[in-house]
Amino acid sequence: MTAEITTEKARIGAPSIAGFTEEGEGLVSAKVDHSHNHGVTVMSSRAERLTSFDVADFALPTGREEEWRFTPVRGLANLFSDAGTDEAAAALTVEAPEGYVRSALAQGAAPRGTVLTPADRAAVVASANTDEALHVVIPADAEPAEPVRILVDGAGAGRRSNAHFVLEAGANSRSVVIVEHTGAADHNGNLEVIVGDGAHLTVISVQLWEDDARHLGQHDAQVGKDAVYKHIAVSLGGSVVRLNSNVRFSGEGAEAELLGLYFADAGQHLEHRSFVDHNVANCKSNVLYKGALQGKNAHTVWVGDVLIQKQALGTDSYEKNQNLVLTDGCRADSVPNLEIETGLIEGAGHASSTGRFDDEHLFYLMARGIPEDVARRLVVRGFLNEIIQQIKVPALEERLTAEVERELVANEN
Amino acid sequence: MSTLEIKDLHVSIDTEQGTKEILKGVSLTIRTGETHAIMGPNGSGKSTLASTIAGHPRYNVTGGTITLDGEDVLAMSVDERARAGVFLAMQYPVEVPGVTMTNFLRTAKTAIDGEAPKLRTWTKDVKDAMQQLRIDADFAQRNVNEGFSGGEKKRVEILQLELFKPKFAVLDETDSGLDVDALKVVSEGVNRAHATGNMGTLLITHYTRILRYIKPDFVHVFVNGQVVEEGGPELADRLEEEGYDRYAGAAGTATAAAAVQA
Ligand SMILES: Nc1ncnc2c1ncn2[C@@H]1O[C@H](COP(=O)(O)OP(=O)(O)OP(=O)(O)O)[C@@H](O)[C@H]1O
Ligand SMILES: [Mg+2]
Repeated sequence: MTAEITTEKARIGAPSIAGFTEEGEGLVSAKVDHSHNHGVTVMSSRAERLTSFDVADFALPTGREEEWRFTPVRGLANLFSDAGTDEAAAALTVEAPEGYVRSALAQGAAPRGTVLTPADRAAVVASANTDEALHVVIPADAEPAEPVRILVDGAGAGRRSNAHFVLEAGANSRSVVIVEHTGAADHNGNLEVIVGDGAHLTVISVQLWEDDARHLGQHDAQVGKDAVYKHIAVSLGGSVVRLNSNVRFSGEGAEAELLGLYFADAGQHLEHRSFVDHNVANCKSNVLYKGALQGKNAHTVWVGDVLIQKQALGTDSYEKNQNLVLTDGCRADSVPNLEIETGLIEGAGHASSTGRFDDEHLFYLMARGIPEDVARRLVVRGFLNEIIQQIKVPALEERLTAEVERELVANEN
Repeated sequence: MSTLEIKDLHVSIDTEQGTKEILKGVSLTIRTGETHAIMGPNGSGKSTLASTIAGHPRYNVTGGTITLDGEDVLAMSVDERARAGVFLAMQYPVEVPGVTMTNFLRTAKTAIDGEAPKLRTWTKDVKDAMQQLRIDADFAQRNVNEGFSGGEKKRVEILQLELFKPKFAVLDETDSGLDVDALKVVSEGVNRAHATGNMGTLLITHYTRILRYIKPDFVHVFVNGQVVEEGGPELADRLEEEGYDRYAGAAGTATAAAAVQA
């Protein structure tokens, strides 16, 4: 029997699992300060990563760059090119209460560009090629009864779509925003989120793309004093999906939760990167990404960066990635990076584990009368439910549960 | 009344060195209401017999039959056997990621009964059974066997035995690794299940200690893939004193490890 999913802390350096590569372990242990009480020398700090609005600053990725080394960049030329959106490559629909949608933001028109500066080639071409950014504002103190929905529906595989959305949650508002991706396209999507003081905002980015869609995205948020921000990435469809969910703070007492759920089947590449920049004291962050893999060449990547800056006293942060491998031939890369520049923190932990649902698990469940297909469903549903139940929009929870089961059934055949 | 009948069972496994025959003609008949103890040295094939009854894919049946009231058990899939009333309490229960005990127990009960249990009585049944087996209530929310201690895993096996109400229970060294109190608690669980009068038990053990709590009707001595002697409870006491040495000749290569087992 191979390793099981565990909930223990940091398993970095643990023996790797047969049939698995866990790249980046050496790198990780070089950066992690296991004692968590004094500074570490960091070789290439996340803080030094290039960000720019100028396309010329980002060369075409070759796959050798640290941030692209897991991604199948060779097939992504169309997404890296400095090209405009082809006409009606994707239909955009916004469902929001009256007055929430403001007039579009041109390049350089604040608040556009105040939180999100492109951090890679895909984000910079999306930014440069979006002249009119969707601007949605949840007014201060508002508590809309229904989630705001932003629907991106791709018109066809290979059609180039660029997007930049700016989302503001006014002070003390309480809201949920769902960004939903369906259909197919080559979609570069930026999301810039400003969470006002005391606001509670949940952003759910759902990737229900068709099989031949490709999607690269950068989602950056800045979270105000005492505000609570939750970002949930749910990636089920698409041939290549790569989402960066980044967060930093603009006031103390803020909380950020970056969650993710993915299910990769044969040939799919689903990559999630998260970056929590603890740039302000007394903030909390929690990162949890869970993924299932099934089928030949299913590939998932999670890279979780947490930077606790010198001034971020009293920080409490934790990050975890768990993968569940259902068949042979899959690959799950999981790389937590924790950089800590002050010892005066509440806590900083990380964990990563990749477990296999194997014949022994199956035998145990079947020996209790549970048919094979039910057993598989039970395990996957149970595993992913920890994220699904965080969505707290019942209709969406149900829909995603059904989608996950569809993935399972599709793979059984 | 039901009968589980094992006739001249031959089982082999595929190893890197080739096929290895482990069971070399085992015959046993168990009726509901009866308790059969199987004792034998390490590696003699006891777990192989247990796993073969449950249908573990690693074991290849090369000869013989297993029937439950005449039905061919060997033709059934693993889950069908469980639904037909065969239960295996495993020597090493498996940790299952991502599935809570609550969810697992309910799903299994539903599968075995062919319908979902009534929620209110079921919740109470589970709670009561856990209490009787001194299993902490918070285990319900933990993943199946995940991080459970050896003794806790064994209790949870017996919890399932009590909740699923099988016709035949195969207990593979359920007593190993239990402290004195746990042994008593677990034995009481088995006896409660037995007291319904609708269960037959095949109890694999190395120790006579458990046989003080669970009284066997028959004791079978298992050596080198065969039953070499059968008798009543008194046979167990003799084994404890004399070990398996005297069967060494009878069954070829059997090891005399009984005295040193941990
Ligand atoms: N996968 C395997 N590969 C090689 N040999 C195996 C395998 N599984 C079982 N065996 C061998 O089969 C024989 C019987 O094993 P089994 O587990 O049935 O013994 P047992 O009587 O239950 O022993 P114990 O008292 O130690 O539990 C042993 O010699 C064991 O080494
Ligand atoms: Mg054994």
